[in-house]
Amino acid sequence: MLEIKNISYEVEENSAEKSIIDNLSLTIGDGKFVVITGPNGGGKSTLAKLIMGIYRTNSGSIIYDGTDITEMSITERARLGISFAFQQPVHFKGIKVIDLLRLASGSNISVTEACEYLSKVGLCARDYIDREVNASLSGGELKRIEIATVLARGTKLIIFDEPEAGIDLWSFQNLIRVFENIRESVNGTVVIISHQERIINIADDIVVIENGKVKLQGPKDEILPAIMHTPAAVNEACSKLS
Amino acid sequence: MLDQIQKQLLYEVADLHKMPEGAYNIRANGGLAARNTTANIDIVSKENGSGIDIKIKDGTKNESVHIPVVLSQSGLKETVYNDFYIGEDCDVVIVAGCGIDNCGVQDSEHDGIHRFYVGKNSRVRYVEKHYGSGDGSGKRILNPVTEVYQQEGSYVDMEMVQIKGVDSTIRTTKAELAAGATMIVHERLMTHGTQSATSVYEVALNGEDSSTDVISRSVAKDESEQIFEASIIGNTVCHGHAECDAIIMDKAHVVAVPKLDANCVDAALIHEAAIGKIAGDQLIKLMSLGLTEAEAEEQIVSGFLR
Repeated sequence: MLEIKNISYEVEENSAEKSIIDNLSLTIGDGKFVVITGPNGGGKSTLAKLIMGIYRTNSGSIIYDGTDITEMSITERARLGISFAFQQPVHFKGIKVIDLLRLASGSNISVTEACEYLSKVGLCARDYIDREVNASLSGGELKRIEIATVLARGTKLIIFDEPEAGIDLWSFQNLIRVFENIRESVNGTVVIISHQERIINIADDIVVIENGKVKLQGPKDEILPAIMHTPAAVNEACSKLS
Repeated sequence: MLDQIQKQLLYEVADLHKMPEGAYNIRANGGLAARNTTANIDIVSKENGSGIDIKIKDGTKNESVHIPVVLSQSGLKETVYNDFYIGEDCDVVIVAGCGIDNCGVQDSEHDGIHRFYVGKNSRVRYVEKHYGSGDGSGKRILNPVTEVYQQEGSYVDMEMVQIKGVDSTIRTTKAELAAGATMIVHERLMTHGTQSATSVYEVALNGEDSSTDVISRSVAKDESEQIFEASIIGNTVCHGHAECDAIIMDKAHVVAVPKLDANCVDAALIHEAAIGKIAGDQLIKLMSLGLTEAEAEEQIVSGFLR
């Protein structure tokens, strides 16, 4: 179980303190498939990075499976069983897909095992296993490799930060299928930061974050009707158009 | 016979555990340790004793020549001239390299001057590795000079590797290419401590449709210094590309000096250079897979230098 208690996070902007996460509390139960959504700039991705330890909270605490992880490093949190799929997958010169999958799994897995993770994200393993994780891969390919690395870790909690960002429509259709598969096959808790209705649709629970606070939280059937057709949803749609 | 230290050096510079197959000439502490020739590849000592001539017959395919040098005696300084005469229509692999183990207080230095005369339509893969070990205060110094003269349609692929332990290097490589010839260079370099390494490449594209690609990837740690100078001269319709990509760490110093010299309106020459520290998001990504920061750094560096 992940318990977030009264956390705050401020940044300095034009020599003034700006609140990004404002005394936020949230509990995510084991085995849940949770989508965190809300308007741009509301603090969703920041919250995800605070859970992973990429950013540090200014106050409050984060408890994972009864352990206070608030002061722990990224490495310690990762070893405790938290994984994070980045919104913008990182490029590495010289590091191959197989290397990254081996580092992720923590052992010298065979090519066959590595191929299984790639198949799960819809990549033909033979074409990718020896490719370098660099700019020669497309945004959609990098995104899927990113997802394969977190699946290879096999941890109890996986956080996906806007998996739909930066990929084309065709890749998006495939991505939805990947998440539907993860929904069926993963034993653990999955938290996805997303704006996409089709991803929201496969959630158990939905959390809406706005202005650094939890605005709504509950089962999909309750929350989804409430967030569709709201001014926030309309604004979100309009911002995408512009 | 080689001793254990020399065998270890041999392994580091030539991946050799025992005597290689094919032609070879192994030089240890300034003298000949072993030599083998084949029907197509002859190795003869120069009359004045300053080095060897390697002669490869026309049409020699899928054969290799190993000419490693190992130095395990402190204070030894030598300059060796090795000339390669590669016939036409050959396809050969040449592995050179120098390993120095210096446990003493005097400087040890090996300056190898390699000249390649590559015949028409021949393909040559050349691998040169440098390695230094030993904890003496005497410096390990290597100053290799490589000259390459490529005839029409020939192809030379050079891999230059120096990963650790060499205190001071000045590597000079010059090439002249005739029509349709191609030269590819991949340099991988890592310096640490107070080491210094200078690489100077000068490739003259003299023949029509000749081309070159000179690529350097390097990592400079601690207080080491690296200087990379790549000069490509386009004298006719040709393609030239040079790339220097360096990771700088700690208090190191890296200089990249590009020079493109076009003497023809159809010479297409490109240079790219990038120097920077390890990207923070790379470290974060690997730490999120459970690696410590130091382990993440090690993975990034070893991948980069692969």
